[in-house]
Amino acid sequence: MATKGKPPKPEELSKIDYTPPKRGWMDTPVVFKPGMYCHGTRAKYLEAVGMPNARDWSPAEEDWKLPPEWKEIVLKGIKERLQKYRTFHVFMDICVRCGACADKCHFFLGGGDPKNMPVLRAELLRSVYRKYFTTAGKFFGKAAGARELTEDVLKELWYYYFQCTECRRCSLFCPYGIDQAEITIIGRELLNLLGLNLDWIMGPVANSYRTGNHLGLEPHTIKANIEFMIDDIETITGIRVETTFNRKGAEILFVAPSGDLFGVPGNYVAMGELMLFHEIGLDYTWSTLACEGGNFGFFTSMEMAKKLYYKIYSEAKRLGVKWILGGECGHQWRLMNQYLDTWWGPADFLEEPVSPITGTKFENAKGSKVVHITEFTADLIRHGKLKLDPSRNDHLRVTFHDSCNTSRAMGIFEEPRYIIKNVCNHFYEMPESTIREKTFCCGSGSGLNAGENIELRMRGGFPRANAVKYVKEKFGVNMLANICAIDRAALPTLMDYWNPGVGVCGVHELVGNALVMKGEIERTLDLRGEPLPGKGGTD
Amino acid sequence: MGILFSFSVVVAIILLVIAGVSGAGLNFLFGVIFPYIALLIFIVGVTYRVVQWGSSAVPFRVPTTGGQQTSLPWIKANKIDNPTTSYGVIFRMLFEVLLFRSLFRNTKSELREGPMLVHGSEKLLWLAAIVFHYSFLIILLRHMRFFTVPVPTPIEFLEFIDSFFQVGAPLVYITNFTIVIALLYLLYRRLAMPQIRYISLPSDYFPLFLILAIAITGIIMRYFEKVDIVGVKQITMGLVSFRPVIPDNIGVIFYIHLTLVCTLFAYFPFSKLVHMAGIFLSPTRNLANNNRMVRHVNPWDYPVKVRSYQEYEDEFRDKMKKSGIPVEKE
Repeated sequence: MATKGKPPKPEELSKIDYTPPKRGWMDTPVVFKPGMYCHGTRAKYLEAVGMPNARDWSPAEEDWKLPPEWKEIVLKGIKERLQKYRTFHVFMDICVRCGACADKCHFFLGGGDPKNMPVLRAELLRSVYRKYFTTAGKFFGKAAGARELTEDVLKELWYYYFQCTECRRCSLFCPYGIDQAEITIIGRELLNLLGLNLDWIMGPVANSYRTGNHLGLEPHTIKANIEFMIDDIETITGIRVETTFNRKGAEILFVAPSGDLFGVPGNYVAMGELMLFHEIGLDYTWSTLACEGGNFGFFTSMEMAKKLYYKIYSEAKRLGVKWILGGECGHQWRLMNQYLDTWWGPADFLEEPVSPITGTKFENAKGSKVVHITEFTADLIRHGKLKLDPSRNDHLRVTFHDSCNTSRAMGIFEEPRYIIKNVCNHFYEMPESTIREKTFCCGSGSGLNAGENIELRMRGGFPRANAVKYVKEKFGVNMLANICAIDRAALPTLMDYWNPGVGVCGVHELVGNALVMKGEIERTLDLRGEPLPGKGGTD
Repeated sequence: MGILFSFSVVVAIILLVIAGVSGAGLNFLFGVIFPYIALLIFIVGVTYRVVQWGSSAVPFRVPTTGGQQTSLPWIKANKIDNPTTSYGVIFRMLFEVLLFRSLFRNTKSELREGPMLVHGSEKLLWLAAIVFHYSFLIILLRHMRFFTVPVPTPIEFLEFIDSFFQVGAPLVYITNFTIVIALLYLLYRRLAMPQIRYISLPSDYFPLFLILAIAITGIIMRYFEKVDIVGVKQITMGLVSFRPVIPDNIGVIFYIHLTLVCTLFAYFPFSKLVHMAGIFLSPTRNLANNNRMVRHVNPWDYPVKVRSYQEYEDEFRDKMKKSGIPVEKE
């Protein structure tokens, strides 16, 4: 399916022309550039989850096989959403086009296409809104910034709303807080009414509906994968850690992104977590159904996102746990922090989270009862509950990439840094304007981590990669740590492209390396099974 | 195209007033009827917009977080950029509305050799915006002297501050200069920066030209083409007391100024200028990041079809049993 395109060489790609064309944007029709967009979704995925207008189609073809009444569907959809979302309604009206957001978008900075300035990406839809829903737009048309909804306009919306990773960086800088992520989310909902999604998004959605995870891992495979990790941990540490699946009566349900159960380097994060939980004797269980904190439904429609998150609280309830611990994942935490409790709460069948090891009450999670693993681990370290040997990470010079969702829809900055500083001796920050709330996206979020749009991803990831390059050259950084599964899937490609030699890891991989376990053998390997240079184990 | 169009509209309004007042003698229309209509449109229009926005639901609590969250007690939280309480939200909104906090963050990115993407601080837009808005506010408040007898002390004090340098006769107001300079800069960046010019609509140039024309006619009236100030106050007091009068011999420049102001008021609710009211309703700014503490209820939430655990187990029961995963139904 996903044919891997070959992007131009970095030297070519980094020649970016930011000059807009002479002709106005309304008169510049959209050009579908190979490498900049994804395959259209296949019918079977839409059918699997009961979404409308399922058909096989291709964005590259002239005929998108739209339903005859497509225009009415979109306009009705806009009307409905103006009522349902104050964000959408206000953001359609109050933009003054000051342009503060223009050079904040990683896709604009990496590509120079003016329609990727958040303000203009929003105007693509706003112009339609004005035409059909405002007095000025109805009467004055183009002079009032309004335009007809045509098939070309629809295609343009599709092209650019799948060139936005919903990272919210524009929203931080907007004087009115206009959030292109909200507009993209709603724009994509409208496109989904016509069955116009990506294969790369709908495949995982269909999988997630059936098996609970994006990859479609069935329960026995999940167990087998984790048992493989346990074998590896035994090889490295000499300790056989234990874990359980779907165990009723456990104190805590652990929900990680499924990427950590499958691919490199996510699996090293899961290994670190397995080791940590074993070492502190945590009474926890995995659920083979609630085995995915990520939720590609969020890149489809709010309804689909809600459906796919049913498993979280329902599994917690079925298994009778007290609270939920969430793994290292970006949009999982957008949802766990801002949506889960609204969708499926109140979580009154759970208890206010308390760390069984330190007794710390997680007051900030007393309502939804979901705790972020870096909150949990930072608390353990703060209370001196872990024996750590940071010199086991001495071969790594680490920098930390703040993920969009955990930054601008949560604000978890110090927790992961505190952990890294305790498990690593060499930690360097990227420039201030590229981290924390101002962080740059990996360029592949919100379901754009496909193969066929590789040029888009390398362009979108350019601002992030360029900041990494800075610390690589200045401090010799060779490891890019993060707390997001999409990052772990996307950043290795990005680093190979822009900064060869920089690896990518989750924070709990670093924890696993540094964790001194009771009765372990002398460590000669890191979690990747690679020899620890100049290290003979615990001092 | 948008520039010329917007400019022409402002010029047309001015010509219309000259023709109407100097030519046709429609002083009552321009001096009394238009102001009432404009004010009515403004009040009804803005109220309508706010009610419309207010009637849209807030299904999710989605603040954009701009600082460290509140979590463990030993981690210092940013209580304003990432508020968890109503106080925090109020402070955040105050910073936003009074000081343009988000705009203050503004950076400018530049691609240099290397390639090296450099993100420098860029405060000029913020400065121009602050200067423009506060000048406008002070000028508006100063004008209250035309609608009050006796003039309240705070207004007089404001005039005193605004003419602090005590230059000229009549005294020169600082804000007369600052508003024009700020407007000219805002216009300049819209024209000179290729990206900003590319995104600009006629509705972006029009308010700039309009407000610039208002400021310039005001300045002309005060310092150069002086008008009968007693007559002006008769008109304005007549308007507020609903006993409108039109004294003779007030220069046409006054009617131009007034009609431009009326245009601004009447145009306001239909334009981007409603950002003044909209900012207060922006959900990414006026909500607390406390979803994990306090549940937010979606008013239009509806039941959705889900796949239950039972269905899941029914599909995978054999495989689960074979690999030793506990099941509900043996």
